[in-house]
Amino acid sequence: MTLTPEDVAQVALLARLRVSPAEVEMFTEQLTKIVGFVEQLNELDTSNVEPLAHGVEVFNVFREDKVEPALPRAAALANAPEHNDECFIVPVVIE
Amino acid sequence: MNYTLIIGLEVHVQLTTQSKMFARCGTEFGLPPNTQTDPVSLGLPGTLPVMNRRAFELALKTATALHAEIAPFTKWDRKNYYYPDLPKNYQISQYDLPFSRGGHLDIPVRKDGTGGGICRLTRVHLEEDTGKLTHGAGGYSEIDLNRAGIPLMEIVTEPDIRSAADARGCLEELRLVLRYLEVSDCEMQEGSLRCDANVNLHIETPHGAIATPIVEVKNLNSFRSVERALEYEAERQFRQWQEDGLTIKDAHKETRGWSDPEGVTKPQRRKETAADYRYFPEPDLVPVVVDDAWRARVKASIGELPAARRARFEADFGLTPYDANVLVEQGRDVADYFDAVVTKTSEYKLASNWIQQDILRIAKELKLTLTGFPVGPDELAELIGRVQRGELNTNQGREVLAKMVERGQSAEAIIEADGYKMVSDRGAIAAAVDAALAANPKAIEDLKKGKKPDAVKGFLRGQVMKQTGGKADPKVVLDLLDAKLAELASDG
Amino acid sequence: MDMTRLTAVGLIQEYERKTLSCLDVARGYLDRAEKYGRLNVFVHLDGEAILSRARALDAKRASGAAMGRLAGVPVAIKDVLCVEGEPTTCGSKMLSNFRPPYSATVIERLLAEDAILVGKTNMDEFAMGSSTENSAYGPTRNPWDEERIPGGSSGGSAAAVAADLAPLSLGSDTGGSIRQPAAVCGIVGLKPTYGRVSRYGLIAFASSLDQIGPFAHDVADAALLLGVISGPDPRDATCVDAPVPDYLATLDEAPRALRIGIVREFFGAGLDPEVEAAVRAAIQVYEDAGATVREVSLPHSKYGVPAYYIVAPAECSSNLARYDGTIFGRRSADFSPRYPGEDKLPPIVRMMMASRAEGFGAEVKRRIMLGTFALSAGYADQYYNQALKARRLIRNDFDAAFHEVDVLVGPTSPTPAFKLGERAADPLAMYLSDVYTITANLAGIPGISIPCGLTKAGLPIGLQLLAPAFAEESLLRAARVFERAGDWHLKRPPLA
Repeated sequence: MTLTPEDVAQVALLARLRVSPAEVEMFTEQLTKIVGFVEQLNELDTSNVEPLAHGVEVFNVFREDKVEPALPRAAALANAPEHNDECFIVPVVIE
Repeated sequence: MNYTLIIGLEVHVQLTTQSKMFARCGTEFGLPPNTQTDPVSLGLPGTLPVMNRRAFELALKTATALHAEIAPFTKWDRKNYYYPDLPKNYQISQYDLPFSRGGHLDIPVRKDGTGGGICRLTRVHLEEDTGKLTHGAGGYSEIDLNRAGIPLMEIVTEPDIRSAADARGCLEELRLVLRYLEVSDCEMQEGSLRCDANVNLHIETPHGAIATPIVEVKNLNSFRSVERALEYEAERQFRQWQEDGLTIKDAHKETRGWSDPEGVTKPQRRKETAADYRYFPEPDLVPVVVDDAWRARVKASIGELPAARRARFEADFGLTPYDANVLVEQGRDVADYFDAVVTKTSEYKLASNWIQQDILRIAKELKLTLTGFPVGPDELAELIGRVQRGELNTNQGREVLAKMVERGQSAEAIIEADGYKMVSDRGAIAAAVDAALAANPKAIEDLKKGKKPDAVKGFLRGQVMKQTGGKADPKVVLDLLDAKLAELASDG
Repeated sequence: MDMTRLTAVGLIQEYERKTLSCLDVARGYLDRAEKYGRLNVFVHLDGEAILSRARALDAKRASGAAMGRLAGVPVAIKDVLCVEGEPTTCGSKMLSNFRPPYSATVIERLLAEDAILVGKTNMDEFAMGSSTENSAYGPTRNPWDEERIPGGSSGGSAAAVAADLAPLSLGSDTGGSIRQPAAVCGIVGLKPTYGRVSRYGLIAFASSLDQIGPFAHDVADAALLLGVISGPDPRDATCVDAPVPDYLATLDEAPRALRIGIVREFFGAGLDPEVEAAVRAAIQVYEDAGATVREVSLPHSKYGVPAYYIVAPAECSSNLARYDGTIFGRRSADFSPRYPGEDKLPPIVRMMMASRAEGFGAEVKRRIMLGTFALSAGYADQYYNQALKARRLIRNDFDAAFHEVDVLVGPTSPTPAFKLGERAADPLAMYLSDVYTITANLAGIPGISIPCGLTKAGLPIGLQLLAPAFAEESLLRAARVFERAGDWHLKRPPLA
């Protein structure tokens, strides 16, 4: 398929990437090329094939319900671009 | 024009685990912000989720109790969306292969005789909770991630509910079942039970039936607000339809938030993009296979559920549906208490009355549950026996019970110490009756003038009891009072 | 004696003979790292911490305490692995100030065995690339030819060992990111079976494909390091609870009746003639050593690259969503509306979009875009689900092949190291660097690249061996059969 600049802009919003008009143009061309390349997968008849989503097919891996100490709050907040004594701070989120 | 209200609920329940669903930090409510996190629940680079076995088992237990079909194979999926209370910007959830499908909830008939029936469930699945955002002043919001990653069970009903009261009833019954199962404490105020409702109207018009656009109502923080919001929303949708005539075919689903103080629902801000969650299998978690043996084990771990218990209380103890429901809906501790009392007395109705009128009142005053209540079921049964045998009248029984709670002593000790003995001596009571009649000539006058004999008799009976310090056997009092009044009447 | 020429096994022997102290060795490597700083191998190197660790290990040895399996062995760490309190950048501006409050499981295992961590190595940003050019910290240079790429994405870790800046290093391999740089740097690089090594603390690129593995000069050293990092971990649900054999102990037992498979599809168009000649010569070595050699087919291998470039970007688009400037990582200072339509977005959305646009490089953005597209409504079936089905077919091919043979042998990379900048403008050409390595990641099986020759221009050539899942022991032994027959593993780059 051929992606349009509108498709690319929509994907960029979904992916939360700010893109300039020039980048939209570049991605439109590059993604169209890559998507065209991966479309050779459609040659395959996969009607009776189970998808393989995991690197290893094992089941039922659990941990027991035991609490370990929490991170000290200062350590939890240490990598934040902005925080106060208690919380991470972000630009206002309007419901 | 007639309309039918169509409601489906989407309920989120926090499971009572010690640690989070995929992380090892704790789940306690009400701690200072961001003191209950670890690298996994912060979604730090390089961290990986590992499933909490207990969370999965509590969920299995719930779905089994709700008559759902447990899937032999279930997996985890990522639901991708950006929101600052979601540290990884994806929520680990279940998409196309949830661990259970179907099921139903049996709803009891309400006090007024309405409601009741079955609400079908669409599915029950597991996911992780998000953090909490506080919208502060000054153009900033604060993020607290204590809640992020707490195991959350989503229960979705079919649109089977037809009234706001039924929606509330359904949610209350669900809470009762979850509390019976001990899978969640279900505190709406603390957010361990949360409910959204999808609601619209089917309206009969001269041109055929139409459906109004579906509205998802959020921010329902109490059972009362569920009922109020849905009542409001039904009227609002009808008015709206009368104004604009829009149907489900003309408009997208809308999200509205309930404002409790204002008593209205308000449109919530539209998202800037249509939801496209890009679900895909969570590669960091492996699927779960639930075999027959596991299913059987879960089934065996489920005790008697509220619906079965109500039925048993009616069938085995002759309780009315109303009484059976009161004992069951108060919680498992109350029904267990009743069950224990009735192993020691066959006065089932009396036992039910004593628990409903006295034990529950005292428990409420003292903020106690009936598990470990100071007066045990055996002691209550014994006290009921004394009343039933006429050793104490009901009032005396109440006093003795209050003292048992207060002093932690047996009924016998209190009766002995405080001189509770019912006076059954006919001579003494006859003297008291005479004295009461002598002291209240007006009552006799009233009776002669044709005033209601029952009222007069009630008054006189009270006077006799007063004379005897409340210790007279009420049966004997009535007996003698009747005889005396009959005598006076024939004299007249 | 130049201790920086020793292998890890050799170094351990010298320690045991007490001819060297950890401090001597640490100083030697630090001097060498400084001397070859122009290769841009390390993005973070804390000399003081390394020396103090060396002193502590010397003291421990002097106290007579039992020493760990990697006692005093310097190990360079790809900057994709979290080390508590140390900068961990993933080659990205996004994480330029990130210091994790925890260490990866493999790091804890190295430390428990008394290894010395010698710096974080350069890499393609978030492990996306085949040349280490996609790093926010500039490209690493190939020690064999400094105008050429060291491969990628673990180019820094490969160059570290090739240039003797550390005898061992750790990399990660999602589509060939250990094996391809090992090949073009003339060293050994091993991608374990998916689930052999814990991924806890490995900053995820594509979770169902990523695996951590060792770089070394020879197979014995790779076996030693693999043994230390392998084994179950309660913090990684995909890390398999299977016993870890003593890989080193059995290494020199010649495999009985070794059956080698030559994958027909790995010798097609695009394969450099010098690479092909070296690989064919290597196959002859196996025949001479008594192995049975037969041709096998992996009919779906041509779908490996397209399937990979859906699955990996899809997972990456989700894994990298967390870098949004909220609770860690870079936040844009200016997220006021800039391009058409942005004025309609709330500030929080603009903040995330601007932060991600600033923090990520072009290749990362490209893959996030591609993966987001492949998972989006209306396209997921055609692209993502179809790729997962192709993945199953690819794995079935390997299952069938391993009924016939013990290991598969072929080239690791179709070409020797290419020039810096040569493929930068053409993403698809870059993606084809991994054409022979990618299928092992999709199938979850282990693979190793060992040096098997040099081109006329003096560039290393790698031989790839692949084995069934959890057959690392036979993979290493088969690799050792070739290594023992020659001296390619002893070659060193002509560094000035």
